[in-house]
Amino acid sequence: MIPLAAPEMPASGALNVLAALLESRTGQQIAANRAWRVETTLKPLMRARDIAGLDQLVSAILDGKHPDLADKVVDALLNQESFFYRDAAIFEMIAAAVSALDSLALGRRVRIWSAGCANGQEPLSLAMLFAEREEAGGPQAPEIVATDVSEAALARGRAGRYSQFEIQRGLPIRRMMRWFDQEGEDWIAKPDLVRRIQFKRQNLVGDPPPIGRFDIVLCRNVLLYLSASHRGRVFARMAEVIRPGGLLVLGAGETVIGQTRAFTPSGRFKGFYEATGLGCASVAA
Amino acid sequence: MKTCLVVDDSKVIRKVARHILETLNFEVSEAGDGREALDSCLASAPDVILLDWNMPVMSGMDFLRALKDSAVSQKPKVVFCTTENGMAYIRAAIEAGADEYVMKPFDRETLESKLQIVGMA
Ligand SMILES: C[S@@+](CC[C@H](N)C(=O)[O-])C[C@H]1O[C@@H](n2cnc3c(N)ncnc32)[C@H](O)[C@@H]1O
Repeated sequence: MIPLAAPEMPASGALNVLAALLESRTGQQIAANRAWRVETTLKPLMRARDIAGLDQLVSAILDGKHPDLADKVVDALLNQESFFYRDAAIFEMIAAAVSALDSLALGRRVRIWSAGCANGQEPLSLAMLFAEREEAGGPQAPEIVATDVSEAALARGRAGRYSQFEIQRGLPIRRMMRWFDQEGEDWIAKPDLVRRIQFKRQNLVGDPPPIGRFDIVLCRNVLLYLSASHRGRVFARMAEVIRPGGLLVLGAGETVIGQTRAFTPSGRFKGFYEATGLGCASVAA
Repeated sequence: MKTCLVVDDSKVIRKVARHILETLNFEVSEAGDGREALDSCLASAPDVILLDWNMPVMSGMDFLRALKDSAVSQKPKVVFCTTENGMAYIRAAIEAGADEYVMKPFDRETLESKLQIVGMA
């Protein structure tokens, strides 16, 4: 992947300034083959603010009179695509992993961190799964901490409100009937479902991880566009907050192989990763 | 190859659905109402049915009940696909034995994910 504006490159042109802004805030790079989308992506925001084009947008950000503008631009440039039970088989494996942890009779609640939770579909998918297991007489549902760099995404997650288009993607109809109420064209997660998730703002490349240690960390479809060095540091930090025997879950097209020495493929749970204890050293750094 | 019967009185919807289903590697047949669909199932049952609600001659709900009582032994999975998007409709369809429910309008991702849920894609 060719980054549009590597940090060491002098930023020239509005596009490069915007790319640099996004990268400095989130570590995310705009791939060259996606650069053409930047203007389209920012159109609604520019229209709402009466801004004619990218150059004017950059000036407006730099003149400092609109303190929230940079945040809005960063939000718009982040890829926040998600859907319920994305890569459905992974959720069954997570359930199996949690059952294995439960059966160790740890005497404490299993903890899951959904890092880069976007608009909430991922943590809600987990919450439904485990709430149903609990209702069926199973063990207490795990604690779920969901984080994202985007306040807008977190607000959507907390509200649990989805359009008809969003709600149908990946969510089995019986679960929708059980856990969502209809309000006009939208579907809203029931409060006793949303209550099961702690949404928190956290920047994976800047902020410390959420407090405590986790048995399972999901970081799916988040690190793809991070530079290798950022990615290495994120892996190292995650390794530090994963309990011994805990698991890291990445997106279907992602791997730790060749990225970090902090994790290695799990022998017990195919497709998941376990911390090696070599947390500090990333291959790329 | 899995087979899917698209039941909808709109030719346009059948065409859109057929196109998506073919890219998902389904062998597709079509019916314009519930009666035609039932005949088709009696001749040869598909693996899955995409079923509209409001149709002339025989509605989707009537078809679903008739299918249940019919001689079709290998019961297909039934995915409702309709503009009826109220919770009461959805509940009625699921209670009548539908396996999944798609609210129109739909796109490829929606359809694919629903077919995955019923174990067909
Ligand atoms: C494509 S979504 C993936 C959502 C979900 N995990 C999934 O797989 O469906 C990526 C999310 O990561 C978030 N993100 C990007 N960079 C981040 C960072 N540095 N720290 C925290 N979250 C970040 C984005 O805001 C976005 O919501």
